[in-house]
Amino acid sequence: MPLGAHKATLFGVAGVSTGDVVLLSTQTASDSSSLDFTSGITSTYGEYIFKFYNINAATDETEFTFQCNATDSTSYDETITSTVIRTYQQEDDSGAALSYLTGSDQAQGTAYQDIAINIGNAADESLAGEFHLFNPSSTTYVKHFYSRSVSQQYAPTAGEHQIAGYINTTTAIDDIQFKMSSGNFDGTIKMWGVK
Amino acid sequence: MAMDLITTNTSSGAATSDFTTGIDSTYKLYIFKFYDVNPATDGTSFGFQANAVGASGYNETMTTTYFQSYHSEDDTQSAGAISYDTGQDQAQGTSFQKLSSASLGNGGDESCAGELFLFNPSNTTYVKHFYSVSNSSKSDDETMQIFTSGYFNITAAIDDVQFKMASGNMDAVIKMYGVG
Repeated sequence: MPLGAHKATLFGVAGVSTGDVVLLSTQTASDSSSLDFTSGITSTYGEYIFKFYNINAATDETEFTFQCNATDSTSYDETITSTVIRTYQQEDDSGAALSYLTGSDQAQGTAYQDIAINIGNAADESLAGEFHLFNPSSTTYVKHFYSRSVSQQYAPTAGEHQIAGYINTTTAIDDIQFKMSSGNFDGTIKMWGVK
Repeated sequence: MAMDLITTNTSSGAATSDFTTGIDSTYKLYIFKFYDVNPATDGTSFGFQANAVGASGYNETMTTTYFQSYHSEDDTQSAGAISYDTGQDQAQGTSFQKLSSASLGNGGDESCAGELFLFNPSNTTYVKHFYSVSNSSKSDDETMQIFTSGYFNITAAIDDVQFKMASGNMDAVIKMYGVG
């Protein structure tokens, strides 16, 4: 399979539905402070999947993060309780581990949630992964999410992050924003709806 | 690689959610996505089992792994941690395999959500591998991510899958997709 076809399989082509997974939006950041998905998150789908790749930070050793808005708010500060796991291996083989990151989780916090930490800003360094958000339009339950990503960290190091948790609100969520904890970034994020 | 929705089961106060048609050789991968899974009983767990073709009773032999990452809302009851839970795995067991926290909350806003991947269930040569990722809001106000995997240790084809709580009824939306 040529790389182009493989990439299309993984990340889709604008306007193309992959069975019952529908590409809803593609956003490309170019030295942008954030990428915002402010339309299309509705009760149409029970799950939304965000796939991100070529995420390159302007600032070295920064974090890739997200936050949401409930339908009645605009400030991206919903309450989150979360977990973060990281596994890494340094390119010079000087360190490798699996650990829980107490500095990146939240206990009823309203900060932007880390998806991955210590992202490098060199020209070839980047982040790729996916983020699942379940039934954001529910007005009964908290909103569960999880993400898995891999990045070339600043050390340089290969780092995988698995984050999970819930947005502790019963109000529907209709906006999500991705950004770096410091500085701008380049990258592509696609939003899919799962029928 | 298309992912096709085959069946949607929406349960309300139900004992089980059964998928008894549509699991065949058409697809090599079946993905079950579940959300709004809310138990009637506090502190119970959400799990699954399967039937081989011609069998009933949902008691196929499994060997499984189960690990978790968790963090409490008050940041004190349970500081963030990751651990393997030897109480939730199975070694050639025939019980329902937990996919959620072992102590799922039944509060009005509490639930679990996640995915279960079942590979090539119609194969008659190999064991049947599966893995699942989910997140739970626990009865003691914690978030808990669960990673479960393993295999049904049978070479017979599997054609039925059942989800249920370890105790009591549940509300749930569970969708079955076929891939490839």
